[in-house]
Amino acid sequence: MSKEIVYPYIPNSAPDVKAAMLKDLGVSSVEEFYEDVPEKLRLKRTMDLPAPHLSEHELKKHVMGLLKKNSDCTEFSSFLGGGCYQHHVPAICDEVNRRGEFLTAYAGEPYDDHGRFQTLWEYASMMGELLNMDVVNIPTYDWTQAAATSCRMAARMNGRNEILVASTVGPDRHSKILDYCKPELRIKTLDRDHKTGQIDLDALQQAISENTAAIYFENPSYLGIIEDMGQEISRIARDNGAECIVGVDPISLGVLTPPADYGATIVCGDVQTLGIHMQYGGGNGGIIATHDDERYIKEYPSRLFGISTTDVKGEYGFGDVLYDRTSFGAREEGKEFVGTASALWGLTAGVYMALMGPKGMQEIGEGILQRVNYAILKLSELPGVKAPAFSSSHFKEFVVNFDDTGRTVAEINKALREKRIFGGSDLSQIFPELGNSALFCVTEIQNKEDIDQLVNAIAEIVK
Amino acid sequence: MENIAKHRVNEKGEPNLRRYHQARWDEPIIFELSNKDERGILIPEASQELKDEVGDVMAALPKSMRRNKPPALPEISQPQVLRHYVRLSQETLGADFNIDVGQGTCTMKYSPKIHEDLARCPEFAALHPLQDESTVQGILAIMYNFEQILKEISGLDRFSLQPGAGSGAIYGSASIIRKYHELRGESATRDEIITTSYSHPSDPACAKVAGFKIVTLPPDKDGYPDFEAFKAAVSERTAGLHMTNPEDTGIYNPDISDFVDLAHKKGALCFYDQANANGILGITRAREAGFDLCHFNLHKTFSTPHGCGGPAVGALGVTKELEHLLPVPVVEFDGEKYSLNWDMPDSIGKIRAFYGVIGAVVKAYSWAMSLGANGMKTAAEIAVLNNNYLMKKICEIPGATAPYAEGKWRIEQVRYSWENLTKETGITSEQIGIRAADFGVHYWTSHHPWTIPEPFTLEPTESYTKAELDEYIAIIRNAATEARNDPETVKNAPHNCPIHHVHHDPLDDPAQWAITWRSYQKKMEK
Repeated sequence: MSKEIVYPYIPNSAPDVKAAMLKDLGVSSVEEFYEDVPEKLRLKRTMDLPAPHLSEHELKKHVMGLLKKNSDCTEFSSFLGGGCYQHHVPAICDEVNRRGEFLTAYAGEPYDDHGRFQTLWEYASMMGELLNMDVVNIPTYDWTQAAATSCRMAARMNGRNEILVASTVGPDRHSKILDYCKPELRIKTLDRDHKTGQIDLDALQQAISENTAAIYFENPSYLGIIEDMGQEISRIARDNGAECIVGVDPISLGVLTPPADYGATIVCGDVQTLGIHMQYGGGNGGIIATHDDERYIKEYPSRLFGISTTDVKGEYGFGDVLYDRTSFGAREEGKEFVGTASALWGLTAGVYMALMGPKGMQEIGEGILQRVNYAILKLSELPGVKAPAFSSSHFKEFVVNFDDTGRTVAEINKALREKRIFGGSDLSQIFPELGNSALFCVTEIQNKEDIDQLVNAIAEIVK
Repeated sequence: MENIAKHRVNEKGEPNLRRYHQARWDEPIIFELSNKDERGILIPEASQELKDEVGDVMAALPKSMRRNKPPALPEISQPQVLRHYVRLSQETLGADFNIDVGQGTCTMKYSPKIHEDLARCPEFAALHPLQDESTVQGILAIMYNFEQILKEISGLDRFSLQPGAGSGAIYGSASIIRKYHELRGESATRDEIITTSYSHPSDPACAKVAGFKIVTLPPDKDGYPDFEAFKAAVSERTAGLHMTNPEDTGIYNPDISDFVDLAHKKGALCFYDQANANGILGITRAREAGFDLCHFNLHKTFSTPHGCGGPAVGALGVTKELEHLLPVPVVEFDGEKYSLNWDMPDSIGKIRAFYGVIGAVVKAYSWAMSLGANGMKTAAEIAVLNNNYLMKKICEIPGATAPYAEGKWRIEQVRYSWENLTKETGITSEQIGIRAADFGVHYWTSHHPWTIPEPFTLEPTESYTKAELDEYIAIIRNAATEARNDPETVKNAPHNCPIHHVHHDPLDDPAQWAITWRSYQKKMEK
């Protein structure tokens, strides 16, 4: 193409404007601006990149052409969970998070970005009600980061160097905790009761010591198990001078006891379940919450927004609480680091909680419990299928063991895909001790017919 | 009828300032909108038959785990929820409608709307990360293709798209550097990372989290990282070097490869923080300067929106020698099929859940594919043209200077100083910034600590017209003029924002701070 392209996103690529600006600066070409870049560091050729799709139509056709090669969870009936969940996303959540005012805002000040500050403060406030805690961060990246930071916060507070982690935490979280805590903390895994899947309290008593900075467990756990000895676990932590960190899926909290009520001192979790699409695992935002205790608040790396007065009576203002504790305020002398994270998903979770209210949260929790119990009941009737693999109560997810069916999870899932069903995720690599097992997830979007379809399909496959 | 257009400019042809006022709604806190029993949305009920089969599931829960008091969330009908959030959005100054050149270092370029459509379609948004690879070939292709693009832009050999933003990538770099030395048996002795005072705060902060001691190089008299100080600092204790080029001053450091070479001679690895890459796409690369690692912020250089502060991606690149250390998994392509490779025993592990914010990757890939090599280079060149135009005009305002490297061109941004204006009038850079907000634009000072007195940092990117730059300049010029002629107006700003001056003391006082509504109510009762 010989004619010079004027790019729609680059207004001053229009030749006359560009020439006028160059003339104003007394240079003949943009090349001159790069005179400080030495010859040896120059790329002396055009970058070897695919030819562009210059028109919006062609670009859309190209990208959609690739995306259409996917099969998504609106086409298939999905029973996948394991840290990313298909819940109904209210239309208003998308309406709000797509508004350019929010979508393209960034780091403005409390007066010109007042709406951003208020929205995120309200998110933290509503999350505080779900969690029954007074302090909630502006979301960090995701639950993996929130869990890892919670561990380091605990260790900074009590100066100890060991974290006891339940064996049933999510594998991504476990991996992140190992890497992130490595310079200062040893991570020890706590045995679980083989029948219930819950933390073995005797093993905990044995393992805990004056080196233990914190105990970390998730409730419900990665395997969907409701841990009902939280009060005991937190007591053991407290008696030994350790923090009790609990990871939680906030969508369970309309029906399940919030961790603070059974003694958690630091709570972490993820906002994805609250009105955010799955996006191939990119819809996460990390919650960290504590009580309103200065010792804890000083250890947060995240932004914490606070409410304040302004020069005008009756006007709410907002700003950063203890900004100087952050790396923005104090570089490496701050607490860990802070930067761009997941604010838009926090804001969206706020919209979701405002829509749901107390009744919505209660109904969705109860509806999920009903469906998960139904799925367990029906699957357990199939020959050779053990559901659930653990005797505890479950929320949203449960382990199904197929050892006695003579079929592997991979085989079963392949056959299910032919029936346009995504079966539970295969646990045989990440929890080999569970044998030939899969983690199934049921949410409010499935009803009886969807679950029956799954059960009938599995019945046919394993017969 | 009078010609309205002629009143839009003054006698010098400069734009008259807008009679702007941001939306001011005095919007209540969402809890104040609550009315008992209102509902924002109804929940799909389980069928009666299903309920009959499972019985009372609440009663079946262990008693200790049954929530005994419903969460005190507000109860609000749907239109009122929408209205509340739309009002709050109007009180937020998004880049879509302001001349957003004032948030220097943030690269506030246009985020194309078509990309938003693409990332929100169910073919992407409804993908679960644990789906079988055979059902996600399209998104894996985009991830793989985008990695190839980043490899060519940087010259490095392998990328992870997993880190959640720039800081996540910098942390990932520090973790890889740690693992590299550990595998060579040198982790005990190599415990320092060197960085520079004009690098982002996360460069030292993330390295510290990874367990390193931090050595910070001061700028020399010309604003470059002091090479003599570096020579004195680098040693067999040096694990890595975290550098930016151009730094936040916008000055390109021509001796960058000397730093890298010397660090390599001492056995250290070099990470190139490329948050400031927007002005050098297609001009110069990490590879030619010898770096072992680098990163790009997809929410900056690659146009994905900033979203009030994320979600985002800090794409982390490495040389072949380090690829086995990247976070798991990476995307592979065998000529027919795309797959996720988890078999990386030396990997540092996970940096973020699953594979990162892949929605941002869809948008960044779309940006790259809409421009190609020539378009991206044009973006860089025009961003630099805009920046130097802005610098010339800003420096013509009495009281404003661009410290260091006098007479030199800058790359994509400049850190300016109002030192002279403040000495003359007592008006500070922060006060100028607040006054600028009265005309509908952002303005940013600098990261802490301030090494340039009364700093402000502007980065115009390629997205703004000359007329828009002129308007921004007029706003800043006006504020400086007022500092001399009408300082009270500046001191009492903002006047045209949703709210007025916020009282800061309660935010640092444990007895008063309130991070949630429930905490606020408790403290107000006292």
